[in-house]
Amino acid sequence: MAVGGTGTIPNRIPHRISNAENSFGDVSGKVVADFGCGCGTLGLASALLGAEYVIGIDVDSQSLEIASINAEDLELDINLVQCDINNLQWRGQTVDTVIMNPPFGTRKKGADMNFLSVALKVASQAVYSLHKTTTREHIKKTALRDFNAKSAEVICELRFDVPQLYKFHKKKEVDIAVDLWRFVPLKE
Amino acid sequence: MRLLTHNMLSCNIKGVTNGFPLRLEVEKFVEKEVEFNSDFLKNMFVKIEWKALVNAARSMGYEELPEEADSSMLDSDEFLKKFHHALLELHLEEGALICPETGRRFPVNKGIPNMLLHEDEV
Ligand SMILES: C[S@@+](CC[C@H](N)C(=O)[O-])C[C@H]1O[C@@H](n2cnc3c(N)ncnc32)[C@H](O)[C@@H]1O
Repeated sequence: MAVGGTGTIPNRIPHRISNAENSFGDVSGKVVADFGCGCGTLGLASALLGAEYVIGIDVDSQSLEIASINAEDLELDINLVQCDINNLQWRGQTVDTVIMNPPFGTRKKGADMNFLSVALKVASQAVYSLHKTTTREHIKKTALRDFNAKSAEVICELRFDVPQLYKFHKKKEVDIAVDLWRFVPLKE
Repeated sequence: MRLLTHNMLSCNIKGVTNGFPLRLEVEKFVEKEVEFNSDFLKNMFVKIEWKALVNAARSMGYEELPEEADSSMLDSDEFLKKFHHALLELHLEEGALICPETGRRFPVNKGIPNMLLHEDEV
């Protein structure tokens, strides 16, 4: 499988989602959208778990091309759309579940919060998302107060090994703690 | 791009209020068989804008969908088969999506609609 784009995710994440699928039934037979799909990892994992219709969305055309090749390699069928999540205009809660590994906003502050806000508008059943553990309280408060979430819970805590991106990073790799969340949106 | 995806998209230009449904400009379309799942179709039916689906299917030459539909039709296998075909088996490969309000053209290449906006449209 070809990999590309930024922010590789630990390969245990599909496994975590699979556990979540067993407990909540948010994926199998459902319409699942992968926000910021990159090379398609999460969307393809959802398809493997039996999602009936998967839509991967990314701004980057090269990532989408890789996602499309990966899908072909795995003989899976996913639907791709090139769009900036911030400008996504869908009519209401048209998908069941959104699953995403948003940019953390290291370079662009609050990028992950924008993704979350949009995800909670288009999903009717659940939103799975990864956010830095240091922002846990903020995320919970904002999701419940401002973003149409009925519930917000951390399913598990993971560690990301982020390769050195900036000169000011002293260590070769920085280890950051990341939460896998499950949000339930309020019904329309 | 399948017509289920088309049924979700609308023009996202700032200030546009009637950006749905996008009109299809078809240069090339393909048909791919997909496994039939009646439970999925029944769940989807309530979320679909029927008129938009009918017109989109027509622009690819598929005329079998009834003009109007209601949930009582979901008992008919014949209806479900047509709904299935229009929703999941027709793909716009090359062409464009046109905003009904502004006429803005969103290109579709290799089956992927490009909904990115220009700076002055955000
Ligand atoms: C951290 S990567 C995650 C990639 C993939 N989901 C994964 O888990 O491997 C974030 C992705 O979001 C995309 N992205 C960043 N900003 C975006 C935006 N505003 N709208 C849509 N996609 C965006 C990037 O191109 C990148 O592919």
